[in-house]
Amino acid sequence: MAGMDAIEVRGLRKTYRGHDAVRGIDLSVTRGEVFALLGPNGAGKTTTVEILEGHRKRSGGEVSVLGEDPGAAGRAWRARIGVVLQDAEDAADLTVTEMVRHIAGFYPDPRPVEEVIDLVGLTEKRKSKIRALSGGQRRRVDVALGMVGRPELLFLDEPTTGFDPAARRQFWDLIRTLAAEGTTILLTTHYLEEAEALADRLAVLAGGLIVAEGTPATLGGRAAAGAKVSWRHGGVQHTEQVTDPTELIRKLVAEEADLTTLTVTRPTLEDTYLQLIGVN
Amino acid sequence: MTAAAAVLPGTFANGVARGRVEIVQFLRDRTAVVFTFAFPAMLLLLFGTIFGDDYENSGISVAQVYTASMIAYGILNTGFITMGSGLALDREDGTLKRLHGTPITSTAYLLGKLILVFVLSVAEVATLLLVGVLVYDMPMPEASHWVTFAWLFLLSVIACTLCGIAVSALVKHARTAGAILNVPVVALQFISGVFIHPITQLPAWLITVASFFPVKWMSQGFRYVFLPDSMKRYEAAGQWELGRTAMVLGAWCVIGLVLCLLTFRWSEKDQ
Ligand SMILES: Nc1ncnc2c1ncn2[C@@H]1O[C@H](COP(=O)(O)OP(=O)(O)OP(=O)(O)O)[C@@H](O)[C@H]1O
Ligand SMILES: [Mg+2]
Repeated sequence: MAGMDAIEVRGLRKTYRGHDAVRGIDLSVTRGEVFALLGPNGAGKTTTVEILEGHRKRSGGEVSVLGEDPGAAGRAWRARIGVVLQDAEDAADLTVTEMVRHIAGFYPDPRPVEEVIDLVGLTEKRKSKIRALSGGQRRRVDVALGMVGRPELLFLDEPTTGFDPAARRQFWDLIRTLAAEGTTILLTTHYLEEAEALADRLAVLAGGLIVAEGTPATLGGRAAAGAKVSWRHGGVQHTEQVTDPTELIRKLVAEEADLTTLTVTRPTLEDTYLQLIGVN
Repeated sequence: MTAAAAVLPGTFANGVARGRVEIVQFLRDRTAVVFTFAFPAMLLLLFGTIFGDDYENSGISVAQVYTASMIAYGILNTGFITMGSGLALDREDGTLKRLHGTPITSTAYLLGKLILVFVLSVAEVATLLLVGVLVYDMPMPEASHWVTFAWLFLLSVIACTLCGIAVSALVKHARTAGAILNVPVVALQFISGVFIHPITQLPAWLITVASFFPVKWMSQGFRYVFLPDSMKRYEAAGQWELGRTAMVLGAWCVIGLVLCLLTFRWSEKDQ
């Protein structure tokens, strides 16, 4: 399985005391790709990601991450991955700089500490104890610690939980920078616009199974789903569902219909997502 | 690919870095500092004041005997308790999981813990000796006794730390760590000649039980270091038994290390 892919998963299963959290999923993430894993609470995202990070044991299936089995990989492998866990409360009594410098010291070729702190926007808070940070700032420390070792592959489990809108945009830029440098990124998120903004490809996990996989534009047949065209004519509201709106609009123009109220809407990623996980 | 040429930092360097951070974190938690150091010192002051008489007409004050014995308790406190609960806490707050996501080795992590315990134990012993000297006029021993002190101290710290790490595997929640870990600690104080001395007041079978554990040997050894030679007649065997002390403590270091290697886990088991 040691091909070009950063992550190769075949038939992955995980059972917790009789509860099937992951029920046989296949996944492949190419090197340099940004891959997003979506899914409702309890879908099995964290379980999957932590198996790939080597934090949890799998119950079945084959997994290869950077060409190695995470359950058996050693230090050199760990030096090539970066991990941002879903929740951590450690190192509360250290300052931001102290903690980033400390973790950096475990890697062969870490990024400069100041640079990392600056990239996550914590320069002003670098001397604060981690205990004294707000939730979103604390999360940014986690992101800093995940990237300080210059990972080839970065795992981010709900990295932007608690970020304000500006911080989220800044984080997106950071992920794009890392991706441009060639870092492979696997992230989970509940924010559809985040997945749409960042991901080259994404998969939706529900009840431990992958229910859809694709690019943000094509997920769940979104591209083929067509468009809804609405307009008012003679005081009457018209709505038509069409695969390609071009013909219809040309016709309306020819009929000299009133087009000031014309709207063409496609299903948003969120519509598609909600449909996939069985809401609506 | 880029990292292939770079060399992973050594386990020793990482362990020292861990030790530094552990100490910084410990010192910033004021309650822990006060509790760890003040508690054995307070017990010593209490015992010394309550039983402050001449020890069985030996010309040595009871307080001096307690000072020597309490050093064993001090090390047990910093080694076993601090380590056992510290590890449970590291497991709970995600410290272990965070570190396991980096290339650090478990040896480096444990070395950091050992450094913390070592520094704490030195400070603890110094505090107790300070109380002994300032409050109870305890004379300092001659140089040869300090050599014994050095190996005794080292073996004690290592044995207690390793056992603390091993026992922490039984602790499910950091909240209950103190309560669980104190059970063996308090029980052993009573049967090992720390709180109750001469140990010969105890039933013979209880002394035999105590002899299987390190605390009896630790307190006996520290009494050798800090008390006149004549005091050996109050020991279980009427002798200081230094050779046997070294053997038992050495054995516990090995047992502790084996238990440690068998029980240490980076992550919690699945619930
Ligand atoms: N350590 C564990 N022990 C037992 N069951 C677990 C454990 N971790 C997760 N589970 C169960 O496995 C299922 C999947 O959990 P997981 O944490 O992977 O979901 P998730 O997709 O990350 O959810 P969220 O969006 O809330 O983070 C859930 O039903 C959860 O209760
Ligand atoms: Mg999760």
